[in-house]
Amino acid sequence: MKKALLDNPRCGMSVIVKTITRLTVGLILLYGIYIVLHGHLSPGGGFAGGVIIALSFVHLMLAFGKDFAITKFSPNLASYLESVGALMFLAIALVGFSGGAFFRNILSKGTPFSLFSAGTIPLSNIAISLKVGVGLFAIFLALVILEKSKEEE
Amino acid sequence: MNNTLIPFFVIIPLASAFLISFIGKFAKRIIIDALSCVSYLLLFVFSLYAVSLTHGAGGMPLVYTVGGWAPPFGISMVLDGLASFMLVTVNLIALCVIIFSLRYMERYTGKPKFHTLFALMVAGMNGVIVTGDLFNLYVFLEIASLSSYALVAFGTEAEELEASFKYAIMGSVAASFIFIGIAFLYGFTSTLNMADMAHVLSNKPATWVIPFVSVLFFMGFGLKAALVPFHAWLPDAHPSAPASISAMLSGVLIKTLGVYALARIFFNVFGITPQQSSVLMFLGALSMLVAVVLALSQWDLKRLLAYHSISQIGYVVLGIGLATPLGILGGLFHLFNHSVFKSLLFLNSGAIDYVVHTRDLKEMSGLKEKMPVTAQTNLVASLSIAGIPPFNGFWSKLIIIFACIQSGHGGYAIAAVVGSLLTLASFMKVQKFAFLGELKEKNKNIREAPLSMTVAMVVLAVICIGGGFLLLPSFRFFISEAVQVLLNGNEYSSLVLGAVGR
Repeated sequence: MKKALLDNPRCGMSVIVKTITRLTVGLILLYGIYIVLHGHLSPGGGFAGGVIIALSFVHLMLAFGKDFAITKFSPNLASYLESVGALMFLAIALVGFSGGAFFRNILSKGTPFSLFSAGTIPLSNIAISLKVGVGLFAIFLALVILEKSKEEE
Repeated sequence: MNNTLIPFFVIIPLASAFLISFIGKFAKRIIIDALSCVSYLLLFVFSLYAVSLTHGAGGMPLVYTVGGWAPPFGISMVLDGLASFMLVTVNLIALCVIIFSLRYMERYTGKPKFHTLFALMVAGMNGVIVTGDLFNLYVFLEIASLSSYALVAFGTEAEELEASFKYAIMGSVAASFIFIGIAFLYGFTSTLNMADMAHVLSNKPATWVIPFVSVLFFMGFGLKAALVPFHAWLPDAHPSAPASISAMLSGVLIKTLGVYALARIFFNVFGITPQQSSVLMFLGALSMLVAVVLALSQWDLKRLLAYHSISQIGYVVLGIGLATPLGILGGLFHLFNHSVFKSLLFLNSGAIDYVVHTRDLKEMSGLKEKMPVTAQTNLVASLSIAGIPPFNGFWSKLIIIFACIQSGHGGYAIAAVVGSLLTLASFMKVQKFAFLGELKEKNKNIREAPLSMTVAMVVLAVICIGGGFLLLPSFRFFISEAVQVLLNGNEYSSLVLGAVGR
């Protein structure tokens, strides 16, 4: 079924766009993950990286059509992951109580400027990216689904 | 470590919001309802404990440093008399409204989403109250506002979407004024912590910045509080929302985001000047009179109540704007009283809507016979809002009028009396058309609203009747410590910075 959706000329844009998308979408996703993981070292972070991750899925949706994007990422999964992201962030903040204060950075800070450093900050970035990325994708999906239900009326 | 309590006012509703949105799709309704009720009950108990904590601290604020970072570098949370007073108000109303909503919201689809948004709104309001950081205040203000935009549109009918859109636009305009104001203050003082900012401002020469920022904040928070002439969104937004949401919006949201934030910044950060206080008084008196005149001609019950919210907010702002001990006492006491009776009135309108399916006063009549609890609680609330002794609204209005006369503002005192009389007139109209008279033929088979709804209404009505006792010497600390915080003015800075690390 996926294969059929992927090559269906009636879904999405022209074959040129589809081919380029196939090449670039993985790179965009990787770039988003890079921004998230280096959030404590370079400009960017959970929010910016999350937006880029969401854009890679939006890109898929634009090129291949909504139905294909939904097979990769269903709206239900999106709404679960969004809550998980928020709960993760809250949990990281609550774990700080074991060190004496809400949001206290209790993990070892490591050497500055190495990838595994800065204690809980990279973890918070991952939680934020999950919340923001999935949330943005869910908003886009909601707008598309609303448009479709209007056409059906 | 008494102050460990403070962040939980934000943690509990946030956790309950996201847990509910996570389990909402598959969990049983009863689990979600129970989770929600337990979290608001906990919040209410904690806020009562917060009052005893601040009372025990003898007027000294309790400060919590988030992440262990001391101010002015980190975000601090401050619990003082005013904050605990507001926390009790917000969480009391939230508890009553959620009990009412258990049955009322069954009419709508997506009840878990309602619980999530409601919890986010409470988290935002509690955050605004406890935060000691100006930018943090803005963030929590936006959390509360954004969830309220979604809640106004909860019914997703054309009218509700239009009201929500209007509300969202006006709310965003208000937020941008506030944001620009905060940006100017940050540029001027190089700090965002409110206590530190007050300290820096008191050592700076007077320039154009403070008057300019004051105007921005008057517009921004004035829009959030729906003072005349910034009130245009409220009569659309509040009636369109489901009744339990209107109770929350009119009862506490406009007060927390508007009046509390305004009072906190003008009194404790700027140290109020006579000019600012006269602007507050004028806006208050204007709202009081204009809105009550507009309310007289309404036939939509909830729209009438929404106009009265603007008018009663006028009393609160007039009282606080007097900046005398008696005036602030009256203003804050009226804030508490108005939260109670206005939420009760909106819950009454929700109960009528639930049973009779109408908001039009001409469509109801003689409901007293079939809905005795709603009728009696509505009578209590109507008399309270109109300021009839011995209900709570009488005492707070009396104090405000005395305070006006005491500080030589006889004109405002007369305006307050006239506003009160017109309020009485318009609630007599509600009583006459909704509850007295002949029962309509089509309403012969209606029954009183279900138990959970009547329980919430009765609890609020009892508080309306007993509210006056809060002025007795043994209970007065609840309000007078909040008054003391505002009277301390700029000393807020040294009190808060001195309390860090204790």
